[in-house]
Amino acid sequence: MHIEKTAAAGTLESSDCLVTVEPSASEIKLEIESVVLSQYGEEIRGTVLETLKSLHVQAASVHVQDKGALNCVIAARVEAAVLRAQGEGGQE
Amino acid sequence: MIRTLSFLPGNTPNMLINGETLGADALILDLEDAVSPAEKDTARILVRNYLRTQRIRKTFLIVRINATDTAYWRDDLAIILPEKPDAVLPTKVSGRQMLDTLTAEMSRVEQDAGLERPTPLLPLIETAMGVENAIEIASYSDRIMGLALGGEDLTADLHCKRTKEGQEIFYARTRLVCAARAAGVNVFDTPFTDVDDMEGLEKDAQFAKALGFSGKLVISPRHIDTVNAVFSPTEEEIEYARLILACIRDAKAQGKGVVSLRGKMIDAPIVARARQVVEDARQIFGEEEDTDE
Amino acid sequence: MNKLIASIKEALRLAGIRDGMTLSFHHHLRNGDHVINMTVAALREMGIKDINLSASSLFQVHAPIIDAFEDETITSVESDYIGGDVGRAISMGRLKKKAVFRSHGHRPADIENGKMHIDIAIIAAPSSDASGNCTGKYGKSACGSLGYAMPDARCADRVIVVTDHLVSYPLPDFSIPETQVDYVVQVDSIGDPAGIVSSTTKITRDPVGLRIAAYAAQSILHSGLLKDGFSFQTGAGGASLAAAMYLKDIMLKQNIHGSFCMGGITGYLVDMLNAGCFEQLMDVQCFDLKAVESIRTNPRHREVSATHYAAPGPRGCIADHLDAVILGATEVDLNFNVNVHTDSQGVIMGGSGGHSDVAAGAKLAIIVAPLTRARLPLIVNRVNCISTPGSTVDLLVTQYGLAVNPSKTELKERLKAARLPVCSLEELKAKAEEMSGIPAPIFKGEKVVADVLYRDGGLMDQIHGVF
Repeated sequence: MHIEKTAAAGTLESSDCLVTVEPSASEIKLEIESVVLSQYGEEIRGTVLETLKSLHVQAASVHVQDKGALNCVIAARVEAAVLRAQGEGGQE
Repeated sequence: MIRTLSFLPGNTPNMLINGETLGADALILDLEDAVSPAEKDTARILVRNYLRTQRIRKTFLIVRINATDTAYWRDDLAIILPEKPDAVLPTKVSGRQMLDTLTAEMSRVEQDAGLERPTPLLPLIETAMGVENAIEIASYSDRIMGLALGGEDLTADLHCKRTKEGQEIFYARTRLVCAARAAGVNVFDTPFTDVDDMEGLEKDAQFAKALGFSGKLVISPRHIDTVNAVFSPTEEEIEYARLILACIRDAKAQGKGVVSLRGKMIDAPIVARARQVVEDARQIFGEEEDTDE
Repeated sequence: MNKLIASIKEALRLAGIRDGMTLSFHHHLRNGDHVINMTVAALREMGIKDINLSASSLFQVHAPIIDAFEDETITSVESDYIGGDVGRAISMGRLKKKAVFRSHGHRPADIENGKMHIDIAIIAAPSSDASGNCTGKYGKSACGSLGYAMPDARCADRVIVVTDHLVSYPLPDFSIPETQVDYVVQVDSIGDPAGIVSSTTKITRDPVGLRIAAYAAQSILHSGLLKDGFSFQTGAGGASLAAAMYLKDIMLKQNIHGSFCMGGITGYLVDMLNAGCFEQLMDVQCFDLKAVESIRTNPRHREVSATHYAAPGPRGCIADHLDAVILGATEVDLNFNVNVHTDSQGVIMGGSGGHSDVAAGAKLAIIVAPLTRARLPLIVNRVNCISTPGSTVDLLVTQYGLAVNPSKTELKERLKAARLPVCSLEELKAKAEEMSGIPAPIFKGEKVVADVLYRDGGLMDQIHGVF
């Protein structure tokens, strides 16, 4: 999937995260802010990259503001943001 | 056995991840009223992912989808059904025609996903037409696991005020119970909407139980324990039911025909009721309640 | 004899302030307190160095004293609870010497037996006369009980009362008598009322907190302790207070008349007193306006000293008479040890307060906490800091189940018979890690920044810096 425009999904409430994706020229750029970065930074990174891979996103600038979301929540927010970045009516 | 069905907003991770600890027998993951139009897409993905993490379920998981006159319900089904929710709760179900539309779409999605079992439906009846068509809905197909009453929208449709006493929905309640029982399915009462009135809640739940409802929808997690208690057999009832079953066993062993306990004849309906109480207790409190019969 | 002095600085001078002294403070004005900051400012102006600051608790409002760490006006801190930026500063190594943590019971014990000598005690008094008869019950900065100030006033070499509400002699309903006071200073304001007491203390509406609270109340009901004469203490935190609410319903329904409630008193406990759940409230500190009003007007609501509350020793204390207590935790480990000193990053954010005292004293010590907080599992292999030893903890209540200390076999049987979801600590830990994943270990610095003493005086644990 190609990131056509900037889009975000999620919230900054506890146990949620806000994921913003932006178009990027060639690669995946990932930035993570998290209240549990020292304990779960690697898990979060892994979940985001895996989700992008499953959606066939090869180039994107991704920013995650995490408030202690579980992997299933992070994956959901990444997927929703990517789908929203598809342009008009661009689901699937 | 489902005594309580608790609504959880579909786009609130904090509520979802703790949902199974709230004590409800069933959770209704809500994609409809609790989710704003702008968040329908994120909510259904979140609920799908949540269902994926709940492969082993202690709690019965139901998803409330958007109404069939909206742009959302087909996407809801497409994303949710492959994760095998225990049931789907469609809203404002009015009769056969609507169920035809809904189940046709469901079958299509289920076939595409290679699902073997049709996903059960728990239609929410909240219009005058739905109430009048209750028996048609309850006996529509094997998918129907029960009926649920939504009193708020119903009273709007009836052009009357919703009151705590509930005289205005008495007809709907009894009609739904009768239709559901005639069709051999469960039936769940409308939620009690005053979050802080625990006495009112208990009274309302007791009334619903007395009418024949199997359980009750709840909109506040704080209502769960009270409603569970009302729809559970009491320790005395369990004790008495066990006593009856023991009497019957003894009588059989001694070849007696007529059995009485505390001066009261024990006939077949009493025995059936006692069996039901013991079975309910087993389901609610776990295996150790199993009797030796 | 005129004790009225124009300024804190002048009172300190008259009290013989010099480098290296121990100054003590109490925390009834909580996050609204101005007196510690005013006193420390005076010390800096006077060029005093190397002060040992002994405060029953420190909060975010006291962040300005960090500057006095830097210029070595203050080089050591002894406290029962250090919150906010002050705790963080100590964890970052900004205080010259190690901080020393005691409990609310151990501090007065060490003051009274002379192990912690106080040169000058400063009493923030919401109401005082010119001779130093003072109380927290009246005045614009009313805080209710002055329990934590009592041992300091009794044992310090010099005692300075600082008040913003001077009344004519004699203040009738005093908590600390003039016989213990050397100087009285009148100031414009000793604190910000909004930070001193809450207008109301609200019970949580969070469904998880309520679930935990309901389990905690059920545990007390089925423990066998809930009968006439029952005594109880609970914190002011969300789930603890909600547990009191459920307990009240149970006690009223079953017509159980308790003996006393100890605390940290909130309006909810006042309601329980007035509803007939208890005969007495024993109050070392008020948390809200309703509690302040009650301690002022209701003779069954008694002000007690920190010593009487929890000081260990052969004469006993109220904590030893408690049946059940409900306490919080940031971490619990597989030996039931509890951490309330540091946050999940190992940074100081609190302290025992009376946690370890009442856990040791009560027949049933219940810890209530959610199984995970913002993904972080509550249960760990070894807590970052042992605040309360697991041997004094009887039960952990989470929304996913209840873990009973293996030494409490009868309690376990009782709770199981009541069909409460009893499981092991290991099972709860596994459940949390199944949801969240296993957390990576946090950074722990080389240097020890604080000693944590147990109520018997022994070294319980040490807190490492995070720099």
